[in-house]
Amino acid sequence: MKKNIIIKVCTGTGGIASGGEEVLSAFRDAVSSSGIKAIFNERCSAQKVGCRGFCAKDVLVDVIINGEKTTYKHIKQDMVQRIVDEHILNGKAVEEWTVGEDYHTFHDRQTKVVLSHCGEIDPEDINAYMAVGGYDAARKAVCSMTPKEIVDTVKNSNLRGRGGAGFPTGLKWELGMRIKSDIKYVICNGDEGDPGAFMDRSVMEGDPHSVIEGMIICAKATESGHGYIYVRAEYPLAVKRLQMAIDQCRENGFLGSNIFGSGFDFDLRIFQGAGAFVCGEATALMRSIEGKRGMPSPKLWRSAEKGLWDRPTVLNNVETFANIPRIIMNGAEWYSNLGTERSGGTKVFSLSGKVKNTGLIEVPFGTSLKKIIYDIGGGIEGGKAFKALQTGGPSGGCIPAESLEIEVDYESLAQAGSIMGSGGMVVLDETSCMVNTAKFFLEFTQAESCGKCTPCRIGTKRMLEILERITSGNGKEEDIDLLEELCRYIRAASLCGLGMTAPNPVLSTLRYFRDEYEAHIRDKRCPAAVCKDLITYSVVEELCTGCGACKRACPADAVRGTRKSPHRIDADACVKCGTCFDACKFKAIRKQ
Amino acid sequence: MVNLTIDGKKVRVRKLSTLLDAAGKLDIPIPTLCHHPALSPFGGCRLCLVEVNGSPKPVAACTTFAKEGMEVVTSNPRLEKMRRTTLELILSDHPQDCMVCERAGDCKLQELAYFYGIRENRFKGERRIYEKKDGNPFLVRDMEKCILCGKCVRICDEIQGVGAIDFAYRGMKTKICPPFERDLDCEFCGQCVSVCPTGALTGRMWANKGRQNFKEVDTICPYCGCGCNITLHIWRNKVRRVSSREDTPNEGWLCAKGRFGYSFINHRHRLKKPLIRIAPKEKDEGRGRKEEINPSSAPRPSAIFREASWDEALDYIAVRLKEVKEKHGQDAIGGLSSARCTNEENYLFQKFMRAVIGTNNIDHCARY
Repeated sequence: MKKNIIIKVCTGTGGIASGGEEVLSAFRDAVSSSGIKAIFNERCSAQKVGCRGFCAKDVLVDVIINGEKTTYKHIKQDMVQRIVDEHILNGKAVEEWTVGEDYHTFHDRQTKVVLSHCGEIDPEDINAYMAVGGYDAARKAVCSMTPKEIVDTVKNSNLRGRGGAGFPTGLKWELGMRIKSDIKYVICNGDEGDPGAFMDRSVMEGDPHSVIEGMIICAKATESGHGYIYVRAEYPLAVKRLQMAIDQCRENGFLGSNIFGSGFDFDLRIFQGAGAFVCGEATALMRSIEGKRGMPSPKLWRSAEKGLWDRPTVLNNVETFANIPRIIMNGAEWYSNLGTERSGGTKVFSLSGKVKNTGLIEVPFGTSLKKIIYDIGGGIEGGKAFKALQTGGPSGGCIPAESLEIEVDYESLAQAGSIMGSGGMVVLDETSCMVNTAKFFLEFTQAESCGKCTPCRIGTKRMLEILERITSGNGKEEDIDLLEELCRYIRAASLCGLGMTAPNPVLSTLRYFRDEYEAHIRDKRCPAAVCKDLITYSVVEELCTGCGACKRACPADAVRGTRKSPHRIDADACVKCGTCFDACKFKAIRKQ
Repeated sequence: MVNLTIDGKKVRVRKLSTLLDAAGKLDIPIPTLCHHPALSPFGGCRLCLVEVNGSPKPVAACTTFAKEGMEVVTSNPRLEKMRRTTLELILSDHPQDCMVCERAGDCKLQELAYFYGIRENRFKGERRIYEKKDGNPFLVRDMEKCILCGKCVRICDEIQGVGAIDFAYRGMKTKICPPFERDLDCEFCGQCVSVCPTGALTGRMWANKGRQNFKEVDTICPYCGCGCNITLHIWRNKVRRVSSREDTPNEGWLCAKGRFGYSFINHRHRLKKPLIRIAPKEKDEGRGRKEEINPSSAPRPSAIFREASWDEALDYIAVRLKEVKEKHGQDAIGGLSSARCTNEENYLFQKFMRAVIGTNNIDHCARY
């Protein structure tokens, strides 16, 4: 009996956190100790693969026997032996551990281009990447294409910058190609700082070679000799795997001098960011590489003219570069057909919040938000009502239920008052307070402002103070107008993108959920019962059985009452921690 | 050259001129706090926002190049409202203590607040509070008054080449400070003081010594042969402060000595007349040196020296030089001149040593 067995264990950051490394070594031990190779005269390997986007179910393990794949979820070290015994040795899958329907719908409804290798190949092995056609595109571009041909292909593909602003990549490269200079740079922006965004991280960890390949092609197109990958130091695994990939490329002659034997020189190195959100902004990022403070500078020149060390520089996002090899191999037409008229290809989003399936998803441009949330995301958790979709991270806005039909691309999201951003999507349900949500994002942006320009440094702080006033019940009638004025001012007057987009969470919630602001200010009431200062906990006497669970749980001794008679909550002593609400089994605690 | 229109007036400027330069050529005022013509463009204060045809958003005049055919509006109700908001925001995070501020009357922020008539502020909120302790002897750094225009950082880096200070922290907590927030320990040129638009950086020596009614006297710095132009700020016949004008050969830049080294002028130990030694030299002069520096324990100068007229002193020198030359030869004499002298004076001195005394033993203190 001949068998070909491949075991793939997720070792992305999520997988490792759930014990992926241990599971992998357990599989390796089990496979060698049970002598599978000897028994079946077969090929069997256990390999690590990158993140496949569904980290909530980690550690995910694929067992592929003769091409037939079974996926297991939540695998721990001690579960390995049973899988080896029952599935690998006896051919019977352990049904109770396999993934359910939701896993398949989550994956089947996506279109994977950038993420096509993530979760499929070993990210630490260049041969695994080359086995799936890796570096063919770079070889083709470097050896047999002219810069103009490459630029034209990218232009025709309709690829737009995945960092958020959506500038056409082909145009950027064309500018970089046209400007003459003895030294030029290619920079990959891997400073993914949005809270809840992990698209670039997964690509760098799960498929680092595709990023490098994209950069090599860009270097050829712009005739640049040097490259930098700017990665946050908070992504140690990405740094490690990128460095391994760079080293392997140098060994194989794909980086360094005379790459692919073509006479073209290109080498790159990693630069680790020190943790400032604003370094995701192109000019700040370049200053950071120069060893200066990561602070945006006024755009007197385009980066393509004067960028890093005043040399022509092409800077693209991780995801943008990862798309390039596919475009070169499959052609511009294939790629542009994937998306809409204005934006070609697919986009990776990190879907999180109050949705059933959270994780990394990739869909073509033009997919409706509804499809993303309800088909791929599986709908709202706990059967609650959908309230809003927050896109684009702290620079983005909230999109209400009535706009869910819109088809995702840069312009449609901007029209709805939000932005594409790097691709964060947070689903909010009826239990989310929109004022509080806006406050949350503003807390982030005002703390991450570089402090250079007045509107962003002081303006966002004053906005935050107004929001704090409103959520604590001290809002004044004129605060909404003042907020709106500040928003418009900061948007128009700020120096860089961070400041210009910082008011978006407030502006969009004011646009769609103004009534919530008014309820906070006029009625001193938080409709979603989130803002602590505006809610009270009380006991519904009819439902209270007098079991005393709330009384035992209360840390502030605020619950009064005797057994088997309805209790009550002393509002003066109550610290509004919500412990009683969670402790009550009879829904007798009312939060309002 | 490019042609553009600003507020309806046509102007022709060189390529790569900013809109601020172009407006300056037309004498159209645009308020700024962070701009300095000698420093790299910054674009931080956002006061110089102007409207340009074809641009949906206002642009900063200090960081936008003039382009052919541009139509620029420097003032309209929308822009003025934004400038007002900017000033209100800056003032909402600024101590309102102009009454006792060293820079009152000479403060750019105060001036703008005055022109815009900002009496009420809609944005009251948290203000930065910093300890005002700094052990350095020359500068008073009151970072609560800092508006983060970055001029001090740029002048220190770009003009002085020192880089003693930079931005630190983020958001409202952003602060300009030396590394690790230590006390300032630089060469104390005080260039940062000269460009600070507010009272955040002032000279320790001129604190509380007067703000207005100075008599300004232009003169040359006596310290070295560079001969920087300086302006003495005089009140009641005493020098209270030294500055330098921007339209001078030294472009307004000064060093630590030129800016802060003026206390000798009215110092009681200042030598004003030649002195001739009357007491013999002590043999252990080298050992006792440390004490001599301390004025309280040193012997009174009148016990060692007596005052003389210039004529007497020069005659005395001539006689003694001749004596030494006759007795020990010309090479027994050496001359040391000073970098404080002008080139001409130094030239004459070496000529004197070589031609008159007849020795090449000539050197001066700046030849390190």
